[in-house]
Amino acid sequence: MDPEYRFSHKHILGLADLSPQDIEAVLQTAESFKEISSRSIKKVPTLRGKTIINFFFEPSTRTRLSFEVAAKRMSADTFNISNSGSSTVKGETLIDTARNLAAMNPDCIILRHPSSGAARLLADHINVSVINAGDGTHEHPSQGLLDLMTVREAKGGIAGLKVAIIGDIAHSRVAHSNIIGFSKMGATVAVSGPATLIPPGIKDMGAQVSRTVLEAVDGADVIMALRIQKERQQDPLFPSLREYAKFFGISQKVVDAATPEAIIMHPGPINRGVELDPKLADGRRSVILEQVTNGVAVRMALIYLIMGGD
Amino acid sequence: MPGGILLKNGRVLDPANGIDQVRDVLIVEGRIRAVAQPGSLSGQDGLVYDVTGKWVVPGLIDMHVHLREPGQEYKETIETGTRAAAAGGFTAVAAMPNTKPVNDNQAVTVFILAKAAEAGLARVYPVGAISSGSSGEHLAEFGELRQAGAVAVTDDGLPVGNSQLMRRALEYAGNHDLLVISHAEDLSLSQSGAMNDGPLATRLGLRGIPHVAEEIMVYRDLALAEFTGRPIHIAHVSTRESLALIRRAKEKGVAVTAETAPHYFTLTETAVDGYNTLAKMNPPLRTEADVAAVREALRDGTLDAIATDHAPHGELDKDREFDLAANGIIGLETAVPLTLQLVRENRLDARRMVELLSVNPARILGVPGGTLSVGAMADIAVIDPEKKFVFTEESIQSKSRNSPFLGWQLQGKAVLTIMAGRITWQESFSS
Repeated sequence: MDPEYRFSHKHILGLADLSPQDIEAVLQTAESFKEISSRSIKKVPTLRGKTIINFFFEPSTRTRLSFEVAAKRMSADTFNISNSGSSTVKGETLIDTARNLAAMNPDCIILRHPSSGAARLLADHINVSVINAGDGTHEHPSQGLLDLMTVREAKGGIAGLKVAIIGDIAHSRVAHSNIIGFSKMGATVAVSGPATLIPPGIKDMGAQVSRTVLEAVDGADVIMALRIQKERQQDPLFPSLREYAKFFGISQKVVDAATPEAIIMHPGPINRGVELDPKLADGRRSVILEQVTNGVAVRMALIYLIMGGD
Repeated sequence: MPGGILLKNGRVLDPANGIDQVRDVLIVEGRIRAVAQPGSLSGQDGLVYDVTGKWVVPGLIDMHVHLREPGQEYKETIETGTRAAAAGGFTAVAAMPNTKPVNDNQAVTVFILAKAAEAGLARVYPVGAISSGSSGEHLAEFGELRQAGAVAVTDDGLPVGNSQLMRRALEYAGNHDLLVISHAEDLSLSQSGAMNDGPLATRLGLRGIPHVAEEIMVYRDLALAEFTGRPIHIAHVSTRESLALIRRAKEKGVAVTAETAPHYFTLTETAVDGYNTLAKMNPPLRTEADVAAVREALRDGTLDAIATDHAPHGELDKDREFDLAANGIIGLETAVPLTLQLVRENRLDARRMVELLSVNPARILGVPGGTLSVGAMADIAVIDPEKKFVFTEESIQSKSRNSPFLGWQLQGKAVLTIMAGRITWQESFSS
C-alpha cells in the first residue's frame, strides 16, 4: 500500500464512495482486529470515551448487534434507538431528530433507514460521522466489506474471482454494495434471478446479467444467495415461493456448476428452502457464519478508521 | 390610470398580428390604444417608459400552476403566487384544482376568483376537478364549475385511472365548453416511484417511474379524444415517445394540444443525483434523448405551450428523505430566462416563444389575451432579453423556494408587467 495513503473519510455512506485503496485499508484493519474477538478478554481500550449511537429505523438483529459488539469491543459507549422508541413517531423529522442526537455530541451515528439516501441526508445536515447500516435499496457498505473480507479469507484474494449473486437484485442493498465492491477489487460479478428483480442498468454498476442461475454460477468461485423479501409479494414479481425455490433457489445442482471449491454465502436472515437449500446452508462450503464473525471485525475497523485511527 | 402608459421604442412581438418591429405602444384605460411607429405617439400625462432593446409582448399566460390556496397557504397563497407570476412576466395563470378542499365545486371556484381579484396581480383562471374530490369515481359538477368561472377540468396530480370516467368527462365537458386536461400517468406502473426509471435510479436505490407510465396514458387519452371527437390537452409532456404519439394524433386530425415545462427542456435526471429533492417532480426529469425530443417538439409545433407546473412546497416537504419528499418545483420566475436560452441557442425563434407562452395558451383555454391588437385589454410583458441575474432565494416572490435553478446565472427577465393597464411588476432596467 502507498505509504502516503491515509484513510480520510468522515462518513461511510456506500462502497461507491470508497477507492480500492480505501477498501484495502478497511480489510487490512479488520483482519488485524479479528483476533480481538477470539481473546478471552474481548476488549481493547482504543475508543474509550467515544460515544456511538445506533439509530435504527428498521428491524435488525444481526447488523445492529454486530455494530454494538464491535463498538463495545473497542470500549466505546453505545446507545440504541429504534424507530418505535424515537420521536419520529411523534412527528419529528429525521433531520430534527438527528440534530438533537448530534447536540449530545456523539462521535458517530450508525443509521439504518428504509429511505435510500437517508444516511447521506444525515451526513449533509449534522457534523457527526455517519455510518450507513443500510439505506432503502441503495447500499449496505459494511455488509459489502464483510463479504469481501470473508471471500478474501477463504480464497486468498479477490481479483480474478467470479462471484455469482442470485436473487432479488433490484431491492437488495446488499447486492448493490457487493456488485460495486467486488467489481472495484477486480472480481467478475454475475447476477441472475427472476427478470422482474433485475433492475435496469445493473450492468452499469459492473454486473453481468445471466438468464439462468446455472449460467451465472458457471465457473463461479463464490455463490451468494439473497434473501427473498416475502413482504414484496403484493407486487407481482414472481408467481410463488415454490416456483422461486425451484428455478432460482441454490440447490446442489446449482453448486455443482460452480468451481469445485466454490463457497456459499448469504447475508441473512435465510428463508431456508426458498433461496437456499438448508443442507447447503449448513454444509462445508457455507461461510455464512464466518460472514457474521467478520462483520464484527469489519465494523470495528470502520468505526476505528472514521474516528481518525491510523 | 388616467394618463395611460406609453412604451417607447420596444421590439413589439405580436404574432397574432404578424408584428415583429420596433414600435411604440400606448395604453389607455386598461386597453391598448395604439401601436405605432416610434415617436409618433404622445404619452399625454401618463407614464412614459423608454424600452429600447426590450421585447414588448402580450402578457404571458401560464396554463398550469398550483396556487395552493385554499388549504396549503404555508406553501403559497393566491396573492404570493400571482406576485410570482407578475415577476415572471405572466398576466394570467390557470390554477390547478388540487387544493384542499379540491376545486370540484362552484364554491371553491368562486373563492379562488375572489382572492385573485383582491390580489389584483394576475388573472386567475380556475381549473375544476374532473371527479368529485379528484377521487376518480364520479364526475364533478362541470356545469356549475363553468358558470362560476372555471375554464377547464383535470384531476392533475391524481390521474384518471378509469378509462370510462375519462371518456365520460370528455363527452360531458362538451356540454359546458370546458377543456379536459390530462395528467397522463399509469399509476400501476409509476406506483411510489421517485425518479425516472433507469440505471441512475438503480444506482441511487430509488424506485423508478418508467417513461411508458406516461406514454400508455397519453395514448389512451388520444384514443378517447379521437373516439369522442372532443378536444384534449396533455399536460407536462416529458418523454420522446409521448411526443411521437401526439405528433401522429395531430397528423390524423385529433383535436389535441400539449404543453411541456421548462425543466423538461433544460434538465435531465442527472439533476437528482446526490438525492437532490429540488429536482424531484412528477413526471420525473428524463434523459438527454427526451430533452432533445421536447426541444424539437417545441419548434415543430407538436407542443403548443410552455407551462411551468409551478408547484410550491415548504422546506419540510422538500428537505427530507428523497422518497418521502414532495414532487414539484416552482417555475413562474424562471420560465422566461430558461425559454430564452432556447432562443439564444437558435432552437426557437422569438415569435415562437411568444406563441408558446402567450398566444397558444389563450387559444387553448379559450380566454382573452395573447395579442397586442388595438382595443385589446392591456396585458403586456416587457422582457429584457439581456438582463443577467443570479436566481437566489432572496429574489423569489413565491412563498416557496423549491427550485433546482437556485444559484444559476440566468439571462432574460420580465422588467415590467402590465395587467389590464396596471403595472403589476416593475424592476429597474436601463435603456
